Amino acid sequence: MLTAGLDIGSRTIALVEWDGMHIVRKEVVFTGIDPLKKSQQLMAGKHYDASVATGYGRHLASVNTLANCVITEIKAYAVGAHQLFPDVRTILDIGGQDSKVIQVKPDGAVANFEMNDKCAAGTGRFLENMALALDLNIEQLGPHALEASGKGVVLSSMCTVFAESEVVSLIGRGEDSHSVALGIHQSIVNRVCAVVRRVGYHPRFVFAGGVALNPCMRQLIEHELKIPVSVPADPQIVGALGAAIQAANNLSGKKN
Amino acid sequence: MEKFMIPAAEKILKGDKMLKSIDTDVFESLRTKNVDALIAAKNSGSRIIGMYCAYCPRELILAAGAIPIGLCGTVESAIPDAEKDLPRNLCPMVKSSYGLAVSDKCPYFALSDMVIGETTCDGKKKMFEIMESKNIKDVYVMHLPQMPDNNVSVDLWLSELRRLKDYLGKKFHVQITDAKLREAIHITNEEKRVLQKLLDLNQQQPVLISGMDMLKITYRIGFHPDRKEAIRLIEQVADGVNRAFPAGDLKTKRILLTGTPVGIGSEKVIKLVEESNALIVAQENCGGYKNVGLHIDENDPIDPLLLMARKYMKIPCSVMSPNNDRIDLIKKMIRDFHIDGVIDLTWQACHTYNLESYMVAKAVKDDMGLPFLHLETDYSQSDVETLRVRIEAFLEMIN
Repeated sequence: MLTAGLDIGSRTIALVEWDGMHIVRKEVVFTGIDPLKKSQQLMAGKHYDASVATGYGRHLASVNTLANCVITEIKAYAVGAHQLFPDVRTILDIGGQDSKVIQVKPDGAVANFEMNDKCAAGTGRFLENMALALDLNIEQLGPHALEASGKGVVLSSMCTVFAESEVVSLIGRGEDSHSVALGIHQSIVNRVCAVVRRVGYHPRFVFAGGVALNPCMRQLIEHELKIPVSVPADPQIVGALGAAIQAANNLSGKKN
Repeated sequence: MEKFMIPAAEKILKGDKMLKSIDTDVFESLRTKNVDALIAAKNSGSRIIGMYCAYCPRELILAAGAIPIGLCGTVESAIPDAEKDLPRNLCPMVKSSYGLAVSDKCPYFALSDMVIGETTCDGKKKMFEIMESKNIKDVYVMHLPQMPDNNVSVDLWLSELRRLKDYLGKKFHVQITDAKLREAIHITNEEKRVLQKLLDLNQQQPVLISGMDMLKITYRIGFHPDRKEAIRLIEQVADGVNRAFPAGDLKTKRILLTGTPVGIGSEKVIKLVEESNALIVAQENCGGYKNVGLHIDENDPIDPLLLMARKYMKIPCSVMSPNNDRIDLIKKMIRDFHIDGVIDLTWQACHTYNLESYMVAKAVKDDMGLPFLHLETDYSQSDVETLRVRIEAFLEMIN
């Protein structure tokens, strides 16, 4: 058996191929302006017994027959995280343009969830813009912040546009760029943890999505929530993995 | 966003006429007919009084020989007109109502001899002040008490009903007699009775009428100038329902929508739910089920205004404190309509419904053990895709 899980997100597309037991292939590419073409290229020449799409482009994939079923990112992350950590009870996913907190029942089903609102504050997009303002790559931003000697600078703006000008003026005032970077992370963590507390959280706490690649975010979240945080080896493919497993479950008629 | 069509939407847009349990065409055609009929009535000397809210005592309007007419407040395109005078971060319903009034885009407002408002929420009462200051219409505001369990509330509302009765009598040179009031009470009772009869059809399994179709009926009929004819039309559609063509099957997820009012123009959440193959089976909101069960005993010989005052104090609106009747009604509807999950819709910046969602969530999740989703949004289409994710994820939780 070979199934595919396709997660078309706002910033990246992830594909996972699943044989019922193992991940046999995984890919992460940038979404760009033609996500359908990118997805078709990823899946070209392959035959899947079933495929499930998730993410913002899930219906796009489905109507173009790349997937025979769609599930939301909420469910996909729950299924994927449950596969990687069978004792998961809370998932925090921070992606390119949204963040979500999912409470999971012991059997892996979604018990409750909350998402960010219309605005992209508190998401990967915010970090990308801030990295740009500090003249860093997104990969450099987290390590850069971890080198701060003291506390982070307090950032008062949550809006991405206002925060960018605030960062520019902080640098202009002579603040250390490491402390500014730390402050940037702290401001996102404050916002995200407020949502986590609202939904409620229990161990095991899994942090996934592209932003989980950032080591500073993980440290600050652990510190803020006072709970160990597990980050999957490949945090960007958790949704695609969940979709691929869902496709296999659909084939075997297993109840969700 | 993306240019694609989800299958259900495509089917509807292509105009494939699905066989339905009811014919909504007659209600669709009311859109133009209602305005024409109102113009004709006005030309023949009828008085027209615009209403913004379920608290408006329509019996008094009917007893004064005037036509009570619901005013629009569900149109997004009127909001920019409102934002010239009102803050942006305000409930879209309040903004839309105001924008339609000052821009002269609502024919019902234009045709009204006066409009009646109530001190329900902060947004509305201050908006009415600004509307009044524009001197475009006689704006009459009633002082709505907000502690329904307190006896002084009925007393205050009774004195407000008397003040309105005197005002209408003087303004239109009519005598509002008890006999006329009792007839008006009867008509209003009848309207609620037939409306409930129609809405209760969806207690059936499978569901007979989709939320969108039900909305078309309840929304359009609210603008009908002739209440007796409106009653006849509602009863006709309820009696004529064809049970051979339900709106879903036995597996279709049955959703209760509660919260702020929805009308044509602000129906995006109902549409999203039904595009996701679930059905809005019932609505606990104004225009829906919120007050159809409130009935006045026509044989009670006491002052009809007192009977009315007591009835209006029982409307379970979130401006009331405490508002336990709403929680009880939601629980009853969950049982009667065999509900699988509850969506609580709050229009942006509506504090009372937004806060009350805490109590609704507790009742639905803890007491009834059902999935619950709280949505806060406005009339714009900008968040349709993020709402779709939330709604689909909520439906995935129902198994």
